[in-house]
Amino acid sequence: MACQCGNEEQNREEFLAPLRELLEDYESKEKYLIPILQDAQEEYGYLPKDVLREISGFLNLSFSQVYGVATFYSQFHLEPRGENIIRVCMGTACHVRGGEKILEKIKDELGIEDGGTTDDLHFTLESVACIGACGLAPVIMVNDDTHGRLTPEQVPEIIEEYK
Amino acid sequence: MEQSIYRSHILVCGGTGCVSSGCKEVQEALKDELKEKDLRDEVKIVETGCHGFCEKGPIMVMYPEGVFYCEVTPEDMEELVEEHILKGRTVERLLFTEPTSDDTIPSYTDIDFYSKQQRVVLSNCGKIDPEEIEEYIAKDGYEAVGRVLTNMEPQEVIDEVKDAGLRGRGGGGFPTGLKWQFAADEDSDKKYVICNADEGDPGAFMDRSLLEGDPHRIIEGMIIAGYAMGADEGYVYVRAEYPLAIDRLQKAIDQAEEYGLLGENLFDSGFDFKLQIKKGAGAFVCGEETALMASIEGKRGMPRPRPPFPAQKGLFGKPSNINNVESFANVPYIMREGADAYNSIGTEGSKGTKVFALTGNINNTGLAEVPMGITIEEIIYDIGGGITEGKDFKAVQIGGPSGGCLTQEHLDLPIDYDSLIEAGAMMGSGGLVVMDEDTCMVDVARFFLDFTQSESCGKCTPCREGTKRMLEILEKITSGEGEEGDIAQLERLAENIKSTSLCGLGQTAPNPVLSTLEYFRDEYEAHIYEDNCPAGVCEELTGDYYVIDEDTCIGCTACVDVCPVDVISGEQGEAHVIDEEGCITCGACAETCPVDAISQA
Repeated sequence: MACQCGNEEQNREEFLAPLRELLEDYESKEKYLIPILQDAQEEYGYLPKDVLREISGFLNLSFSQVYGVATFYSQFHLEPRGENIIRVCMGTACHVRGGEKILEKIKDELGIEDGGTTDDLHFTLESVACIGACGLAPVIMVNDDTHGRLTPEQVPEIIEEYK
Repeated sequence: MEQSIYRSHILVCGGTGCVSSGCKEVQEALKDELKEKDLRDEVKIVETGCHGFCEKGPIMVMYPEGVFYCEVTPEDMEELVEEHILKGRTVERLLFTEPTSDDTIPSYTDIDFYSKQQRVVLSNCGKIDPEEIEEYIAKDGYEAVGRVLTNMEPQEVIDEVKDAGLRGRGGGGFPTGLKWQFAADEDSDKKYVICNADEGDPGAFMDRSLLEGDPHRIIEGMIIAGYAMGADEGYVYVRAEYPLAIDRLQKAIDQAEEYGLLGENLFDSGFDFKLQIKKGAGAFVCGEETALMASIEGKRGMPRPRPPFPAQKGLFGKPSNINNVESFANVPYIMREGADAYNSIGTEGSKGTKVFALTGNINNTGLAEVPMGITIEEIIYDIGGGITEGKDFKAVQIGGPSGGCLTQEHLDLPIDYDSLIEAGAMMGSGGLVVMDEDTCMVDVARFFLDFTQSESCGKCTPCREGTKRMLEILEKITSGEGEEGDIAQLERLAENIKSTSLCGLGQTAPNPVLSTLEYFRDEYEAHIYEDNCPAGVCEELTGDYYVIDEDTCIGCTACVDVCPVDVISGEQGEAHVIDEEGCITCGACAETCPVDAISQA
């Protein structure tokens, strides 16, 4: 979110500068919408409204179309997210080997629901479809680290690692 | 660059499974150890793709001996280098122990998990460094495309694939040669070849392992397909959740371009072909081909009615052909060895091999490639090593959320496209999730419906609303509020959704419910009429504490030790008692009890 004080226009420009820079790599074609959203999210951590608006202008697409795509795919987020993303695998193999219990334990530990972010913006918790590490079920990913063959008792220890 | 001759090669698995269990740290420790012992010129470390045996990762194979070490840790490296490399002695304790016989097996090829497989598509996975194009070429890679482009007419290529009898490995099982023919018959200045690597079925990871372990094989298959149907451009649509696969495939594309295997005028044939990766953004429905193309075009990934079929009007309105990763991976073998060699493997209607992902309550989880027609029993017991903790087999879910479950009575069923459909399941992408006696089949059905319901794109009503209503009923049943008529309602909804949904997602979504209803109807009835979950999974239907059977208890105190809330009391040699007030029903005691004296009240 841009700073609310002082020169708003200037803040907005500063805020959008990284986006404008990454847009230079693209032509104004609809087929680049998803790659642009991916790059923008990489840059901002989520997709703020101003960013979506700027992208819709660049690609000459309606704002609603850009919004439609951004909300269709589960990869995209319109709200700020925690510094550490905990993904709990809910695939079949993990389900059979107790993935649900792991999710419950993490919810308890962090005091947030599935999809929620802690107030200090430290953790975001999400349950995801299969992450393809079924041999290690049940599995969670914290950022890019995979933790497998888990039991609920190990959860507090893992969370502690990222505090 | 000068190439040294090494006396030993150590192959370290670098697949996602092994990365998760720490193979990078192992490699670093190994490197340090070799450096310290001054062996770097004698021993070469090769990071390979997936060996398929993810359960036992990190995995390491020593050549030329072919000794297989598993579950290795960085701390093991000192001993391993000292003993194996320097003294030539096998490190017993790191060998694989066969779960069925408790024997330790030193050699890669003697382990049941591997010896009973037939590796055609996965032949290079775990054997070569996927980041080196030379290693693929050394394994006869790009030989097929060379022969095709210089010696064969496009129609001959299509005929060869038709003769081979290859059918789509992504699930549907449509004849690949015929699909190519449709696209080839269209007259157009532009056509596309697309590889569907949006592997979204929970419990399937063969496409990821192929892309990570042998990416050039997919590229070669796609070039051949492009030539056959007259397409000069290809896309590989990969899930964003597979960063390592994307990375290795991109490297492979760059190398192939450098070697003139992608680009213009390949093998001086006048044929051009370029390839690019498109990253998915997390939508299961994009595995459906029209949805996948919409996604590449930058739209929401929603399917559209067919006709027109993609072969007529596909990506950007041009004739397009989509095949799955594993289908493309079969193509170089077919063109190199010939259709007859290929169709000698498999059954009457299903030729070749299939890669299955074995997961769930099974000892040897991992990837196994077997000839079509092998029985379920052979896969689960001979290759998979049986059920974990010696429990009883209950069911196996084949084909992910679109498939169905099969039971004890199907153990001798030969696995091929047609016999699976007949039994109420489907090949799908080849996920096999094995379930033991402690699995509640109603809960499994609810799990799959929850998945398809949340992944439904919302375009057509039967799928959007129907799956939601079915899920509500299943949730009602698993929470103990099921009532008369629920089963009939589920069946009615299932039939409607199957026959009226727009795409494969909806048409197959009710399958897990229908097949569990067919084989485990008594479990549904127990939930509804007896307020009982026979497997003890559904919380609302099971007791809220555990009890110990006094007569069976041998007083070993094992349960006392594991109870996390210390509510079990009793002296050694005397029957123990659980304080029901404090019990949190974690089940740890029941799992530990050596004589099965503990159960839920």
